[in-house]
Amino acid sequence: MNWTDLQTAMADTGYVASDDLAMAAHLALALGRPLLLEGAAGVGKTEVARVLSRVLDTRLIRLQCYEGLDAAQAIYEWNYQRQLLAIRAAAEDGQTGREVEDRIFSEDYLLQRPLLQAIRQDTPPVLLIDEIDRADEEFEAYLLEVLSDFQITIPELGTITATSRPVVILTANGTRDLSDALRRRCLYAHVSYPDRQTELAILNARCPDIESALARQIVGFVQSLRKEDLEKKPGVAEMLDFAAALSGLGIADLTADPVVLQATLATLLKTQTDRDNITTEVAQRLAGKAA
Amino acid sequence: MSRVTKFAARDAGPAARMAGFMAHLRQNGLRLGVAETETALAALTQVNAADPDQARHALKAVCAGNAEEAEQFDDLFNAFWLDAGRVRTRAVPKTDAAAKDHVHSSRDGAGEAASGAGTATAPDGGEGAAESDGEGRLIAARTANLMKKDLRDLVRPEDIAEAELVARRLGLALNHRRSRRRKAALKGDRLHFRKLIRHSLSTGGEPLRLPMKQRPDRPLKVVALCDVSGSMGLYAQVFLSFMAGLMRADPATDAYLFHTRLVRIADALRDPDPLRAVGRMSLLAEGFGGGSKIGASLTQFARSYARRFVDGRTVVLILSDGYDTDPPEDIAEALAALKKRGCKIIWLNPLKGWDGYEAVARGMSAALPYIDLFRPANRLVDLAALEPELTRL
Repeated sequence: MNWTDLQTAMADTGYVASDDLAMAAHLALALGRPLLLEGAAGVGKTEVARVLSRVLDTRLIRLQCYEGLDAAQAIYEWNYQRQLLAIRAAAEDGQTGREVEDRIFSEDYLLQRPLLQAIRQDTPPVLLIDEIDRADEEFEAYLLEVLSDFQITIPELGTITATSRPVVILTANGTRDLSDALRRRCLYAHVSYPDRQTELAILNARCPDIESALARQIVGFVQSLRKEDLEKKPGVAEMLDFAAALSGLGIADLTADPVVLQATLATLLKTQTDRDNITTEVAQRLAGKAA
Repeated sequence: MSRVTKFAARDAGPAARMAGFMAHLRQNGLRLGVAETETALAALTQVNAADPDQARHALKAVCAGNAEEAEQFDDLFNAFWLDAGRVRTRAVPKTDAAAKDHVHSSRDGAGEAASGAGTATAPDGGEGAAESDGEGRLIAARTANLMKKDLRDLVRPEDIAEAELVARRLGLALNHRRSRRRKAALKGDRLHFRKLIRHSLSTGGEPLRLPMKQRPDRPLKVVALCDVSGSMGLYAQVFLSFMAGLMRADPATDAYLFHTRLVRIADALRDPDPLRAVGRMSLLAEGFGGGSKIGASLTQFARSYARRFVDGRTVVLILSDGYDTDPPEDIAEALAALKKRGCKIIWLNPLKGWDGYEAVARGMSAALPYIDLFRPANRLVDLAALEPELTRL
């Protein structure tokens, strides 16, 4: 598969990828490198992983990062409650400590978390490490080790080597800088808000039954809304919600009813200040321009 | 296709050209190693490398590491491979202070030059006259003050001892940032199951001892940046002894001075003999009392040292009056970059203590949105009074 094939395949599953992104994804697959996606919230970074897993017809394993994420949540944990029960049961049967130990530290009592799951699949899955910049530096450092060796050491079981190398996608919002070491291991693509043409293509792919005139209006409106001074710019997902709301209400023309437009803005503007900034007049002006 | 660069026939082939391209990128501020050259060549085998567009996308994915680099990359690519003339949009353009003419602080006259001329128009510390050559023309103020100023005149060991006490108390006030991870502890709020199972094996599955785990407190690190430009001359004594005190109270502290450039003084200040520490510091602080380039110095800090020393558990302490000769956006940009590393920023401004002071200095007002705590401080007492505020931070 070359990179244009990948781009077409992604488009067929409903994701319109820019050239940069398609090429980066292609190289990530071809070279077996992790792919780091950066960009504002709502531009479809997470979706890339989902679409890739569909294109490759494989499992998607997701690890959502947060501050304080530790090995027990990301890699593995022993099923302590079962272990306790097993020890009690064994004590009543009069088994020796050695036997018990062998039993309770076996695979049966291991809870696999996303990273361990990802390297033990038969077919390479897509591993999505979402919002890596939310995890703390310690986890980032650990991740580096996993990403370069694709093996995990569990003291009681020994080293587990990957049966298949997962396709790794990392996403970051830029809430903090990532370490250079992590950046260097990864291929990089910056995902920005789509331009008018691309966004129209996305809308058509996702909501094919929207009339083309309205689709153009919606995209034009959202595009000019992003140019306004907003706290939180509407992303692609918001645009799709907006379109769904409009078609659900059976509206054919954005400029027709200011009240309805103002009401549906709830799908696009998510803070009070933004709602206050985009008054009926502003919304009408933007909608008028988009028409 | 005519735009494609022609290479000399004796040129050593694709690998050498790629190495040349990497050198070109490095020159323009991208941070790349040998491994990237290898990856780049591997990437080109996966695409039709003769097509400039494909090659550009592929190399971009390998070489760019953040949004700015990705944006810059197309130009850099064209410059090298498509012979559109060598553009040098350097990623680190403004920090090279030596290349530029030094412009002086807006409060000119407050430093060396004025005291030499004997026509001080602004409050002068009264120190430093002896080092001036007496000619003291105003023109001297336009260049960085390269005369060595002996900081030992300014900072006495007693001051340091006193400042150390204050710094120690402030350090303690800061030491409360809970880690989100749990660690084994004698007292805690959760069971440490892993240990519990291990121990219970010896008692036939009966968990007799309950090991706990707790979120440990992790100390915050302080990184102090002190402005020693001419306009700060009056307050330098307090601040420098405070920095020395900070260093002695907590060895993990990091310290810098800046005027027209940035100097790391942490190692000098770690000297066990306080007087020798100040002596070493004054050797480093060449240009003390000259102009101030806060923007450039902070940018330099954010791009270099901050990458290594500043993280989510750091408090960046800036001691400056905010009078800057660089455009105010520089300060804002540098602080935004620092803030992204997750640190807290405290700005102590000696002028804020004045009656009717408002942050009108353009640099200062640009900086305000990024500052967690903005307080006056021009005496040691003021610094000591910060303690309760720091606990709340």
